[in-house]
Amino acid sequence: MNQAVDKLTVADYSSDQEVRWCPGCGDYAILKTIQKLMPELNKPRENHVFISGIGCSSRFPYYMNTYGFHTIHGRAPSVATGVKLANPALDVWVITGDGDALSIGGNHTMHALRRNVDLNILLFNNEIYGLTKGQYSPTSKVGTRSPSTPEGSIDRPLSPCAIALGAGAPFVARSIDTEMKHLSAVIKEGYLHKGASFVEILQNCPIYNDGIFEQVKDKKIAADFRIEVEHGQPLLFGKDSNKGLRLNRASLKLEVVTLGDDAILEEILVHDKTNITQANLLAAMQGPHFPIAVGILYHNPVSAYVTDLEQQRLTLRETRGMGKLDKLLHSGHIWEIK
Amino acid sequence: MSAKTQEAVADASHSSQSQALEDVVVRFAGDSGDGMQLTGSNFTEVTALFGNDLATFPDFPAEIRAPAGSTFGVSAFQIYFGSEDITTSGDAVDVLVAMNPAALTTNLETVVPGGLVIADAGAFNEKNLKKANYDSNPLEDGSLDAYRLLTIDIHSQVLAAVEEFELGHKAALRCKNMWTLGLVLWLFDREKDTTIENLQKKFAGKPEIANANIAALNAGHAYGETAELPTGVNVYKVPKAKVAPGTYRNVNGTQALAWGLIAGGQLADINLLFASYPITPASGLLHALAARKEFDVTTFQAEDEIAAVCAAIGASFAGSLGITSSAGPGIALKTEAISLAVSAELPLVVVNTQRGGPSTGLPTKTEQSDLLQAFYGRHGDTPLPVIASSSPSDCFEVAIEAVRLATKYMTPVMLLSDGYISNASEPWLIPDIKDFAAFPVEFHRDPEGFNPSLRDPDSLARVWAKPGTPGLEHRIGGIEKSYETGNISYDPDNHQLMTDTRQAKVAGISADIPQQEVALGENKGKLAVVGWGSTFGPIHQAVKRCRLEGLDVSHVHVRYLCPFPANLKALLSGFDKVLVPEMNTGQLVKILRSEFLIDAKGLNKVSGQPFKIREISNAIKAELA
Ligand code: SF4
Repeated sequence: MNQAVDKLTVADYSSDQEVRWCPGCGDYAILKTIQKLMPELNKPRENHVFISGIGCSSRFPYYMNTYGFHTIHGRAPSVATGVKLANPALDVWVITGDGDALSIGGNHTMHALRRNVDLNILLFNNEIYGLTKGQYSPTSKVGTRSPSTPEGSIDRPLSPCAIALGAGAPFVARSIDTEMKHLSAVIKEGYLHKGASFVEILQNCPIYNDGIFEQVKDKKIAADFRIEVEHGQPLLFGKDSNKGLRLNRASLKLEVVTLGDDAILEEILVHDKTNITQANLLAAMQGPHFPIAVGILYHNPVSAYVTDLEQQRLTLRETRGMGKLDKLLHSGHIWEIK
Repeated sequence: MSAKTQEAVADASHSSQSQALEDVVVRFAGDSGDGMQLTGSNFTEVTALFGNDLATFPDFPAEIRAPAGSTFGVSAFQIYFGSEDITTSGDAVDVLVAMNPAALTTNLETVVPGGLVIADAGAFNEKNLKKANYDSNPLEDGSLDAYRLLTIDIHSQVLAAVEEFELGHKAALRCKNMWTLGLVLWLFDREKDTTIENLQKKFAGKPEIANANIAALNAGHAYGETAELPTGVNVYKVPKAKVAPGTYRNVNGTQALAWGLIAGGQLADINLLFASYPITPASGLLHALAARKEFDVTTFQAEDEIAAVCAAIGASFAGSLGITSSAGPGIALKTEAISLAVSAELPLVVVNTQRGGPSTGLPTKTEQSDLLQAFYGRHGDTPLPVIASSSPSDCFEVAIEAVRLATKYMTPVMLLSDGYISNASEPWLIPDIKDFAAFPVEFHRDPEGFNPSLRDPDSLARVWAKPGTPGLEHRIGGIEKSYETGNISYDPDNHQLMTDTRQAKVAGISADIPQQEVALGENKGKLAVVGWGSTFGPIHQAVKRCRLEGLDVSHVHVRYLCPFPANLKALLSGFDKVLVPEMNTGQLVKILRSEFLIDAKGLNKVSGQPFKIREISNAIKAELA
């Protein structure tokens, strides 16, 4: 099989369907990145299954020349769980958005993560409902003007990565639609992780929420507004890499400091992706006072659900043997009528 | 209870001889902690072994741990047994065992006049009487004069019987139920050995408890033999029923359904994923299958009803058979996803163990009020097959049929059961799985000319190509698909064609199911009583009794509700009148009227209780008057 796998290219992973996102949509870049990544994963094409819910991002499976199922709003993690339970050998991907995964499907996202089903969950976060024409979403910033919030939204947004960490996800990362190299590396790590992996992808919607991630995307200024976390490396950022994150031990809060000004290198926090407390602090950081953290915020593998399930079954079959229906029907009290 | 039984009981009150009866209803009622279910199941076993036909119904309180002595904490177990075929757990009670005042007050109205009431006088103290709202002691104030009363201080009897085991007061009193069972075994001239064996098994690790219970059982039995009992209390003889030879067991609806699903999976040669969320009275099925991992069945307790059905759908997409199960409120939550399975044309079995509604309704009581939901309770034009089990043991075959139809036609199938069927049990001639024709699933493998919209020309079933198969990579979804290619299509004509195709596929199933037969009676005549689901028992008995009285009435019981068997319309048109008893306000009757344009009439009951036989026989007589 591997020989055939090696020969596959982007083209082999593109379906014959015309891609129908709006021109300039961030989804195009994500699609390209994943199509390019696929051959690298070294698995036969038929082994990949993409499951999506409803929303702009959920059209994704139609464009992948793999197995795919475009399901219903919010339920992709549940359908994907069923796929994985039925055939643990498959590589199961969940493509979802901020409304799909965190509003109507919040419950399923939470439970797929806590259960640690071996799914690769990619959440395209554009902080808006695109498909239904621009209503604010659970990740929209306060004050977002939309058809349903003409005076600006008043409810506070949630942070997808913070939710994922809170739900007990063992792999949580964040990346950016147009940063192909970074995005590809992060998704690949998530894929290689055994168990649930969760990647939030900041995705621009040029039609309904254009430019909300501009600060973290614009090459000219991004270095000051985002921090690329790397395991074992000090949490430094800025054009000159002279800004950093320090933990205030009295308040237990992070603070932005400048090397040579109010801090020295030894005081800068070193990223430890296995540290849940640190991951929570990084996930919660919001601009403009803090940089947005991208990269693998947390990675601490625990035994995956389907693996444990199979183990239980094996153990049980060792003691009970394979099920025999006739024996089952005759179990307990039976009697003979002559 | 039959008129004959009533007479026999009335006769019994004038004589002290042992009485031969055709059938008897016994009801054990006591506090939740009194062990009435155990008493009932042991008595059932002895009765079955003796060779009676029987049906039972456990009646649990809704509360998990109700306060002792309270009326809402009363737990009862009813058994109807006899020498003829028994299909219900009986109407009126001939023998009521009341372990305390609460059990008496909540169950007395079920007892036939002249029936026997056995009461534990030891539990009729001031405190318990007050809890049951009695101002004076009914065992002493003459208010039970319409019945034959046997009051025994079972408390003292038990304490004396188990004294030698030095269990302590509380543990000693726990043997009360076995003392009572001993007495009832004597009353029906039954042997004790089976129960003794069961007790030894149950308390294998605690021989002193086993021995105390056995001593109590023996003492209760001996009491019947030796004590001076009031006139009219004597041994009943209920002769053996004529039942087909073979190996039998007792089975309740939950067990039979679980085993039927496993059998269906084997016949289809497919793994099962059973995904469910706890809900009364459907959870038992999840428990039953979760305990059977040695078979090719995986169970998944999802975070909610929607996740459960979606996981089942995902499993079907991946090449297992997804099954989900709930009661009405949970089915309501699943409907959007069920429509997805209809649209994506994936197999799915949806089990609805119906309960009293609407909303939380009566979770522990039974009803048939989700038929219209099963037929129509989805968005869009969304046809799917609906089948219903009519008794506990019938669940086995119905489950196999659900698996067959779902996998053969690539469609969700709604299987209707109810709270009564799931808990009630009956003897079952254990089937041989080799007698069932296998229907192995064939997954598509050939990439040549493949697209996901390929259809079997006869069944109209869409092709099943499971992920992992090389060369068959494809996408499906809930958006309308092209009939030709399976790709997204918004074309108006295509949507009409797809809607018609989905309809035709389900309608076509009528050619693949057995013709409707008459369960009892002639193929035409004055009156057909048409039922579905758990009304089978009372309709059957009512029709049988009316026919014995010479009335021209037949019983037609419909298992395949959607689509109906091809001959159903013709069959029903052979009757002058059609009466449809249902535990709802008239759902099947509405469908029969609209589908067949016949003047079917409803007989409806929505009390959370099964029909009484006489309610149906009265309606039959009124129709034929
Ligand atoms: S509405 Fe926004 S998110 Fe949706 S396709 Fe258009 S640009 Fe992309």
